[in-house]
Amino acid sequence: MPKDHGIGASPKRREDLRFLTGAGNYTDDINLNGQAYVHFLRSDVAHGKINKVDTSDAEKMPGVLRIFTGADFEGVGGLPCGWQVTDRFGQPMQEPAHPVLAQGKVRHVGDPIAAVVAETPEQARDAAEAIVLDIEELPAVVDMKAALEDGAPKVHDDLTSNLCYDWGFVEENREAVDEAIKNAAHVTTLELVNNRLVANPMEPRVAIGDYNPATDESTLYTTSQNPHVIRLLMGAFVLGIPEHKLRVVAPDVGGGFGSKIFHYAEEAFCTFAAKQLKRPVKWTATRSEAFMTDAHGRDHVTKIELALDADHNFTAIRTETHANMGAYLSTFAPSVPTWLHGTLMAGNYRTPLIYVNVKAVFTNTVPVDAYRGAGRPEATFQLERVIDKAARELGVDPIELRRKNFITEFPYATPVAVEYDTGNYHATMDKLIEIADIAGFPARRAESEKRGKLRGLGINCYIEACGIAPSNLVGQLGARAGLYESATVRVNATGGIVVMTGSHSHGQGHETSFPQVIAEMIGIDESMVEIVHGDTANTPMGMGTYGSRSIAVGGSAMVRATEKIINKAKKIAAHLLEASEADIELKDGQFSVAGTDKSVAWGDVCLAAYVPHNYPLEDIEPGLEETAFYDPANFTYPSGAYACEVEVDPDTGKVTIESFAAADDFGNIINPMIVDGQVHGGIGQGIGQALLENCVYDENGQLLSASYMDYAMPRADDVPFYKVDHSCQTPCTHNPLGVKGCGEAGAIGSPPAVVNAVIDALQSGGYKVDHIDMPVSPARVWAAMHG
Amino acid sequence: MTQVTMTVNGKAVSGEVEGRTLLSTFLREHLGLTGTHVGCDTAQCGACTVHVDGKAVKSCNMLALEADGASVDTIEGQANPDGSLNAIQAAFQEHHGLQCGFCTPGMVMAAAALLKENPKPTEAEIRHHLSGNLCRCTGYHNIVKAIMAASGQDVAAVAAE
Repeated sequence: MPKDHGIGASPKRREDLRFLTGAGNYTDDINLNGQAYVHFLRSDVAHGKINKVDTSDAEKMPGVLRIFTGADFEGVGGLPCGWQVTDRFGQPMQEPAHPVLAQGKVRHVGDPIAAVVAETPEQARDAAEAIVLDIEELPAVVDMKAALEDGAPKVHDDLTSNLCYDWGFVEENREAVDEAIKNAAHVTTLELVNNRLVANPMEPRVAIGDYNPATDESTLYTTSQNPHVIRLLMGAFVLGIPEHKLRVVAPDVGGGFGSKIFHYAEEAFCTFAAKQLKRPVKWTATRSEAFMTDAHGRDHVTKIELALDADHNFTAIRTETHANMGAYLSTFAPSVPTWLHGTLMAGNYRTPLIYVNVKAVFTNTVPVDAYRGAGRPEATFQLERVIDKAARELGVDPIELRRKNFITEFPYATPVAVEYDTGNYHATMDKLIEIADIAGFPARRAESEKRGKLRGLGINCYIEACGIAPSNLVGQLGARAGLYESATVRVNATGGIVVMTGSHSHGQGHETSFPQVIAEMIGIDESMVEIVHGDTANTPMGMGTYGSRSIAVGGSAMVRATEKIINKAKKIAAHLLEASEADIELKDGQFSVAGTDKSVAWGDVCLAAYVPHNYPLEDIEPGLEETAFYDPANFTYPSGAYACEVEVDPDTGKVTIESFAAADDFGNIINPMIVDGQVHGGIGQGIGQALLENCVYDENGQLLSASYMDYAMPRADDVPFYKVDHSCQTPCTHNPLGVKGCGEAGAIGSPPAVVNAVIDALQSGGYKVDHIDMPVSPARVWAAMHG
Repeated sequence: MTQVTMTVNGKAVSGEVEGRTLLSTFLREHLGLTGTHVGCDTAQCGACTVHVDGKAVKSCNMLALEADGASVDTIEGQANPDGSLNAIQAAFQEHHGLQCGFCTPGMVMAAAALLKENPKPTEAEIRHHLSGNLCRCTGYHNIVKAIMAASGQDVAAVAAE
């Protein structure tokens, strides 16, 4: 019998009521009195010298309030980068300036040159067209390897080259890895591309700046996954506004997937301009603007070598990756190909020696940063593709090769600096084999073949590190932030509870799942608990939602604060019951004295805290409100095994997904319905990456895929129903809920399964194809089949 | 500026618009009906789907003036008269057919148009019908399931939660 209450139940989401009736409050739904609108004039060349920006005609256009250019931002800070990577020679990465509006040069299509603020959006747009630009186009660098050649055009003239950093991990293992590969019984090598993607939350970004001259306070309404982070970055590093004079509100946010973590120029501009003009200033991105300004994702080019001994034990892995940074360093960009990627190269396997080399490269393209999974999909894709290739080369079953090398004892310290606390990779594989009906595959393949189709089965495993992250560890690795989370639990006099969390919900359903935890802890109904998030004015300092961290880190902070509440409430109950605090038990919302029938209800204790007529005032303060900051001791390590079956039409090269199954281990689960939904969505995005999505620049740096007409998003008829299971649960050992996080797993685990399945299908038809880069489009499949 | 008059969710409304004003802009900015969302510029994502004279239309791809005299229904008018969720909305909640909620109004309006024409659509028919509505959160699984459930079909038989 499934639970109907508390942890493990699946209550229907309370936020759905407003979203289903059109009553959500997204940033673009907010309109402030006296609001003006900004339109950004953006570069249409990838690289150019700005000779002149003539705004004189535009300024005379109807409704124009002011036109800003880069000159207006001299003396204002640039957009900061939140992570400094140290290269393999011990030197800091090259870190270019990133002005709010371009100064001197434009460096990618979409780089903002001027900003027109006018009474209406149409007037702003019309006036922007009247600005006369004199931009001398310069040769652009788009290809990463070409960008590193001697004499390549430099994206930033003041840097020594286009190399951001050359990172080696673990550098001390380099020679040992080289030696192990030289001496291996078998080495499988694979060169692959992890295709450049655009996160594409359905809500485009929006920013509204507001300024109150009476109080000298600025407010920014923005589509953010982490309003406190934006407040800190923008206040301290760009505009010089102290945090107590700056409020950042991220109301209902229509999806993020990483792209709304970062601090963007438009946020700083609107806040800055609102103060200058003493009027609210609003910006709403068009989708094309989103394509050329939202940080992109992935874009790695990798060579991976897997060494095996004669018994097929993995002995070493060596990788060389070029990772695109784009034209500027987005907020967390340097961490993605390094600490979120290199540390995951052990995967689910015992490989004693690993060396990862990453060259991060500046190009004349949009900045690249975290997108759902961020570094971990790239690691998983390399590893799971090369293992499949090795199995094929060695003539062994790909499942058995994986099983032979599975890590089976925990905790397990990998050679890439992380320690997995728990996991059971055989169990998730067993579960996958059951739910995907692997045994029935030969019959299904025979049936497909009768219809002239090639059927393939692709399997892979994944591990991810989430719940980001222990602050002392990430500090050593170059993070310029702590990565704790906070929560304030405010109990009202009549027993209702408001939780103010630094986590942010933009689809994850925190308003429903977080109350389940408190309801379980206290034994009250979930309807007595309300979650408040997304506004720096009423929530404590928070680091926000990314890296599948909300329940593991934010939820843990809430648990710690609730524990403090319960401890204090027990003291109050002990006083009311004239008993020893040590004898007080809390169950089902009742405090009772152990071994007696004396009890007092939750609500009575809460009332006593706020009406302290009979209260131990000499020992404790009135009131019942507690805050906790939780800094995790380790990452959490969700894992799983995925299977995809595809059909390939040999006449056209078209791939269809026939089935997709996922067996995940997320540790303990708060709301299974929401967890299923997170996995479904991740798989949908992973199938999108594998089959459809590709962000394409031409050799001049023109973005060819800047709309949904050109960038192929997965649609309902591109995907099947998914089979998902999370009954294998090895709880996390170091957080109070034993949870691991589930937000990114689907996107991490699914691309290799799809590609492995396509290769399997082609091989079954006698085609000697051992790799096709994503997206595995009909044209690419056809080309691979026909040499 | 030109005067435009239409019926929106059963109420007569009018306003002054430019020739280039989109129906989605008129609904959102002039009437304050912000449940209709704009997710792209190219009539691809379907977040702005409304009904015009009973037919599903992408309101970012229609001028307000083209809807002069028409009857327009938006997400704000979909609930039952007592304020409770209608069958499609209720099925979306029951089957977790939404996450961030941004595509949801368009999905509900697209589903309503489908079920009006085809009261018991197959999975394939639903997926085909939704191909003009993008969702980035759900992988479509629970949306398809919710629409099947709203049409009275037993979804436990076709897809696990």
